[in-house]
Amino acid sequence: MNNEVLLQAQDVKQHFTVKKERGQKATLYAVDGVTLSIYKGETFGLVGESGCGKSTLGKTFLRLYPLTGGKIIFDGKDISRLRGRGLKEFRCKSQMIFQDPSSCLNPRRKISEILSEPFVIHGMLTGEERRRRILELCDMVGLSSQYLERYPHEMSGGQKQRVGIARALALNPQMIICDEPVSALDVSIQAQVINLLEDLQKQLSLTYLFISHNLSVVKHCCQRIGVMYLGKIVELAPADRIYQDARHPYTQALISAIPIIDDGSSEPVPPQIVLSGDLPSPTDPPVGCAFHTRCPHVMERCRRERPSLQEVEPEHFVSCFLYEQHP
Amino acid sequence: MNTARQLLKQKNFMFKLGLIICVAWILAAILAPVLVPYHPITHQDMAGRFQPPSTQHWFGTDSLGRDVFSRVLYGSRISITAGVITVLISFAVGILFGGISGYVGGVVDDIMMRFSEMVQSFPPLILAMVIAAALGPNISNSIFAMAIIWWPNYARLTRSIVISVKENDYVTASRILGASHLRILYREILPNSVGSMAVMATLDLGNAILMFSGLSFLGLGVQPPMAEWGAMVSDGVLTFNYWWISTFPGLAIFSVAIGANFIGDGLRDYLDPRMRGRA
Repeated sequence: MNNEVLLQAQDVKQHFTVKKERGQKATLYAVDGVTLSIYKGETFGLVGESGCGKSTLGKTFLRLYPLTGGKIIFDGKDISRLRGRGLKEFRCKSQMIFQDPSSCLNPRRKISEILSEPFVIHGMLTGEERRRRILELCDMVGLSSQYLERYPHEMSGGQKQRVGIARALALNPQMIICDEPVSALDVSIQAQVINLLEDLQKQLSLTYLFISHNLSVVKHCCQRIGVMYLGKIVELAPADRIYQDARHPYTQALISAIPIIDDGSSEPVPPQIVLSGDLPSPTDPPVGCAFHTRCPHVMERCRRERPSLQEVEPEHFVSCFLYEQHP
Repeated sequence: MNTARQLLKQKNFMFKLGLIICVAWILAAILAPVLVPYHPITHQDMAGRFQPPSTQHWFGTDSLGRDVFSRVLYGSRISITAGVITVLISFAVGILFGGISGYVGGVVDDIMMRFSEMVQSFPPLILAMVIAAALGPNISNSIFAMAIIWWPNYARLTRSIVISVKENDYVTASRILGASHLRILYREILPNSVGSMAVMATLDLGNAILMFSGLSFLGLGVQPPMAEWGAMVSDGVLTFNYWWISTFPGLAIFSVAIGANFIGDGLRDYLDPRMRGRA
């Protein structure tokens, strides 16, 4: 892994206007000021509970929504305001793998049609070349070419997910956003798909943004991990640091929630940190630190001020007043 | 042609039955002048009026002694044409209007939907009457009037289907691949929406025929001496002791409606690969 930055997000904000009861409108702060860098060839894990904005952040990086604020720099180019032709060119460089394999393929179309779609859209390759490239893609993802003439409903979840991966690879992207790519699959298939993703990464020097709520999977795959809470990154560190030396109280709670197999060894099981309450509504985030409503170490200051992401150790960033270093 | 052959190959009995009924009616409409035993309008036999069905008059005779069978056959020409054209126009307008409204969403959706609600809020028959009266009572004007009050149903149905279909990941995938909005609508959303629309359209055919009959009854569609199913049903209502006068045209409407519905069901199953190949 080198240290060349592929994607850089600077204070990225993605707000939506939602309708509440009686026609009132509210702003939903799905992503609220995220700053991070993803290096070329790495797997960056993004974890957090449901509704914390991790999928939205992934889709924001793909420019699926008009950006509310901030800047996204991809491969040295500012993509945050791209439109038309420029956006279409960017589409070749960044792709996505979806969570639900049954909804990510159009049920009315054969696999061969689904896989030739990227080339049709971008007017690439002629008929015979397309056919060869599709076979090549099938080979890469371990899909037998007999499936090409089938419809999605005639395939299993794992096979459909392979088709989804093949489609994402079709245009030779540099980066792939994996939005919970294995959480809808059987455990045995999960391992296969993860191994496939790792092999492809080595072969094609891909960069992954791996979104998941399954911490064990993330631990296995990722080099660096960002922990999100209510639209913000609360902790960002190399994977082993997160698992061994989590600093933010929210990350500590997440880590302690990973089930531990009691193998009868004498190692003491650390007490589990149980958070009370639910994720506050992203339409009405708490003042001050977003986590203060559930934090076991809450201080008076947390209710008034919002902590910023600070480097507590090299490459280890935490957004919490507990580690605030006074100059 | 290939598609048509595949469609016929289906092991779908209901679909074939529907096809047979509808083809039979279309043939009957085309060949009516050759098939009818009596002229539907000029053959009036006041002495032989209100005759029950017999070998001479298969469906009996009406209050003017006209042969009901001949009139049912002739009526198919106007009724089926009017019903089909109304549904087709509404379908086309509705799919365009609702498709855009549902896909674009936001303010555009609000404005378009309020407009369609405005049209829907008028009592349908009265609106059709106003239009038909303003443009002059004839067949094409009443078809036009019906299409105007009919399309919002299709627009609203299309909109709701499009809204649910566009949430699917394959639509997002297509966007991420860089497909244009038109391509997404045409390749991803519409193919997954037309099935239920086709069913609604074929179900509606009977309603359209009935509504057209209503207009005719009020003197705004087909003018009295002409044979038209709805008008014939209402004729019979006034003299309901003579059941055959309204029963046979009623059965005609029923058979066309149910035949079209079988076709619609078969079409939906055919369009959905998941259902293809099942009985």
